[in-house]
Amino acid sequence: MNSTVPSVSPATSGPLRFALPAAGALAIVVAGLALPQWQFLLSISLSKGIVALGLALLLRTGLASFGQALFYSVGAYTVGMASSFLHISDITLLLLVATVIPAVLAGVLGFLLSRYRDIFFAMLTLALSMIVYGLVLNNSDLGGSDGFNVGAASFGGSLVPAISKTTLFAVVFLSSVVSALLVHWYMGSKAGRLAPAIKDNEIRVEYLGSSARANIHLTYIIAGALAGLGGALTAFNVGHIDPDMAFWTTSGEFIFIAVLSGTGRAYAPFVGALLLEIARATASVYAPNTWQIVIGIIMLAIIAFLPGGLTSLKLPGRAPAGGTGSKA
Amino acid sequence: MSLFYAVLIDGVMYASWLFLVALGLTLVYGVLKVLNMAHGSLYALGAYAGVSFVTPWIAQGGNMYVAYLLLALGAVVAGSVVGFVLERGVLARFYSHDPVVLLLVTYALFLILEDAIKLVWGVDPYTVSEPYGFLGNVTLGGLSYPNYNFIIVGVAVIAGAGLTAFLCYTRSGRMLRAVIHDREVSQAMGIRVNKYFVTTFVVGSVLAALGGALTAPTISVAPGMGVEIVVLTFAVVVIGGLGSLPGAALGALMVGLVRALAVHCWPQGDLFAIYIVMALVLIFRPKGLFAPMEARKI
Repeated sequence: MNSTVPSVSPATSGPLRFALPAAGALAIVVAGLALPQWQFLLSISLSKGIVALGLALLLRTGLASFGQALFYSVGAYTVGMASSFLHISDITLLLLVATVIPAVLAGVLGFLLSRYRDIFFAMLTLALSMIVYGLVLNNSDLGGSDGFNVGAASFGGSLVPAISKTTLFAVVFLSSVVSALLVHWYMGSKAGRLAPAIKDNEIRVEYLGSSARANIHLTYIIAGALAGLGGALTAFNVGHIDPDMAFWTTSGEFIFIAVLSGTGRAYAPFVGALLLEIARATASVYAPNTWQIVIGIIMLAIIAFLPGGLTSLKLPGRAPAGGTGSKA
Repeated sequence: MSLFYAVLIDGVMYASWLFLVALGLTLVYGVLKVLNMAHGSLYALGAYAGVSFVTPWIAQGGNMYVAYLLLALGAVVAGSVVGFVLERGVLARFYSHDPVVLLLVTYALFLILEDAIKLVWGVDPYTVSEPYGFLGNVTLGGLSYPNYNFIIVGVAVIAGAGLTAFLCYTRSGRMLRAVIHDREVSQAMGIRVNKYFVTTFVVGSVLAALGGALTAPTISVAPGMGVEIVVLTFAVVVIGGLGSLPGAALGALMVGLVRALAVHCWPQGDLFAIYIVMALVLIFRPKGLFAPMEARKI
């Protein structure tokens, strides 16, 4: 694949193309190291951002998955089961496995799901995630509705037996940066640039000699892998997993992040996730029962007035990024 | 044999309840082409409104038969007011968007309504079990069933039959079918499409609220009741084919019977069984069992 990014790429050129996300990343590192009490919030935001990143790729092809919680929970339960039952605690190995297993699962399900579009894609992904929810909820070996605790992560088992919170934060941060860079590269590649074309008119894409189904299948696998990674990182950070991670409202939260952020840029979902978590932390103190009203109104406002998401609100003189919104 | 009857009766009762709620969802999709995620919230709203109407009446020792009417009245008032506001105030502004974007809009409405309900009624559960117990029980095939459940079966049958009769045999119903079939052509023929949109959405909301109000005496009305039902009714209408009334009936029966069978034979797997059925139907009939044919547009 080519690494040069032509001007039609969603990542528009300009001197600030990398400067802004780099500055944002630096701010996150500084905040995380200087204010240890913020590490948890930052880590959770970044983990959810990784999930939303995969969802944003799907939204670019015009598909809304209401079932990313499936891979999110599979990633988390992979970590939980491996550490509880197999007594593996090495974080690099666990993250790798928790990314690969959801990716393989997405690869299998993708044969079915890549045939579906629009609402039917949304509904089938929802049904599949609810199957996993039902399975986990009633499985007493997996703790049923209570879930179970995840053991402390290590590097190489006995090498560094229990890593510190700061190290965990660093792992989350590195995973996010690597994910964002890979997705950025993918969005500029041939396969990545097909996505908005598929959203606009799939049949024309087919006439031009590319398979929309194969492309959607690939995108779904990437999204599944990212959701698994996000779920695994969340499991390490929270130290506990439960079936709610697979419930459809969890998927809805990722959709909210992706729509809020916009799908034009690879760093966008992290911005949205961070804003959501900060807003949630604030709201849980001041307005615990009106928090969803705020979220809902923001979502309506974004869809109505800013279909490209928050990150399409940029410096003047730029082409709008490939948004999630209407064709109108 | 008694297991067979138990599954059949439980299944039909569960199916009636599901059908009543799914009917509004599939009707709204058929006309507006909006899959309404806020439908479950309207169901919850109906339950709360019904309880609020009935509780003071029962507390002062009012006639129990009037209590049933008040329960329904609460649902009709809440469903029609909120349905009208949602359609005119929000949905009407988004009709030009993609179906998936409309789905996200209704998801936003779902979030707003969930908290709005908490703001109005608080987070403590409400119970009004008097209407449920008042009618007594009946013994069928050695098993005892509350008579109240047959009211839900009856209301579901009446709602389904009434809507079908309206669509087939009245002038407005035929015009509504024209709108369902082709929005633009019917507008060109002088049908006031917007009027039908509002009316349909209000009727759909009232049906959801009615389902909630009728369920209210059988459960404790608490936050989160809309979250559960919305995905269940999605399964029902998607199995039957979005927008199809007979599809919703068949989908409700399938889900009801499968769940009843699961509850009796494999209790851990009830949720699992429902969504397996949905996934299987979608695998073999990607648009559901009764989906209309669609021309491919290039």
